[in-house]
Amino acid sequence: MSRESALVSADWAEKNLTTPGVVFVEVDEDTTAYEGGHIAGAVRLDWRQDLQDPIRRDFVNREQFEALLSSRGIGNDDTVVLYGGNNNWFAAYAYWYFKLYGHGDVKLLDGGRKKWELDARPLTKDVAERPATTYKAQEQDLSIRAFRDDVVKAIGVQNLVDVRSPDEYAGRLLAPAHLPQEQAQRAGHIPTAISVPWSKAANEDGTFKSDAELTELYAAAGIDDSLDTIAYCRIGERSSHTWFVLQEILGKKNVKNYDGSWTEYGSLVGVPVALGDEPGKA
Amino acid sequence: MTTPTQTAASTAAAGCAAPDQAAPLPLSVDLEKETVITGVVQAAGGDPVAGAYVRLLDRSGEFTAEVVTSPAGQFRFFAAPGTWQLRALSRFGNGDATVTAERGVNQLSLTVA
Repeated sequence: MSRESALVSADWAEKNLTTPGVVFVEVDEDTTAYEGGHIAGAVRLDWRQDLQDPIRRDFVNREQFEALLSSRGIGNDDTVVLYGGNNNWFAAYAYWYFKLYGHGDVKLLDGGRKKWELDARPLTKDVAERPATTYKAQEQDLSIRAFRDDVVKAIGVQNLVDVRSPDEYAGRLLAPAHLPQEQAQRAGHIPTAISVPWSKAANEDGTFKSDAELTELYAAAGIDDSLDTIAYCRIGERSSHTWFVLQEILGKKNVKNYDGSWTEYGSLVGVPVALGDEPGKA
Repeated sequence: MTTPTQTAASTAAAGCAAPDQAAPLPLSVDLEKETVITGVVQAAGGDPVAGAYVRLLDRSGEFTAEVVTSPAGQFRFFAAPGTWQLRALSRFGNGDATVTAERGVNQLSLTVA
């Protein structure tokens, strides 16, 4: 993968709004964002309602994902262009999710909703209707998804990348600072995880930094390219953003996203936790 | 969308989208414990700026959170006591402010030009 195959610019997007075979998909947790105005023709995916199992903590299964994409009028051969708010966190999560279920051609809109708005590009309130399809998903590609036992085994052995803010890493905050801080689980980070906040990979307008800047960022942070890598955050969406940078833009091998992330790890009984600004020992 | 009756447990299970910035503080927010940084983004003439992106940066200047202002230009963060920088991005320009926050509600205004 590379920047050219994984990302599209806002200019490209604006020129291809009605191109057959290109489907724009807005992915948000805040459903009012789409209702308040979205890119013309874009269909909507709700991070919580559409992509999470309503009972268990897990993803929708293969058949549910097929039904979801079929109902949205997305075909297996379509080029899916994802974008959203929160600096594309949930769009990156959806990108990873589409890859997990084997979609062929999926791209992220560089800068997402923020750059689009700051550029004052047009938005519409017209809800897009697409004829239903018969979408076929693959089995989950678990080469890009880490589970808790993978993470515990990776301590001191693989690259663990904590992409939350420095204060969350150190245990001074329990959640991103736009959310109330009361939470049940312990604060801190997985021992030996290096801290590379997702935001270091993005410019203020939400676009990704250059390949040279990104390469330097992770090299300076101490990622060992000879080892496998697991990225995590609090619920797995910011780490999707970093997974996207490492595997899809920089083309690194064997990168997994730990979607359980800190809300799972920080609630596990008996696992080691490190506090403070240093990675800590295995 | 955050509702006033939201419990701590449902907060923990929620995702990362910013709650409605115009909503009253949820009843579950404990101001004895929380450090709320809130205010309004204004244009040079004093008009509130809706849809501005406000970023909270920590004492080292690193990104900590970002919200989009309400129709009345309001923003709100849940931080910790200490010094924080705020930076607003909008179609009308950008602006910066610094706040030394204490527990409870810390109010400020942020002008973009």
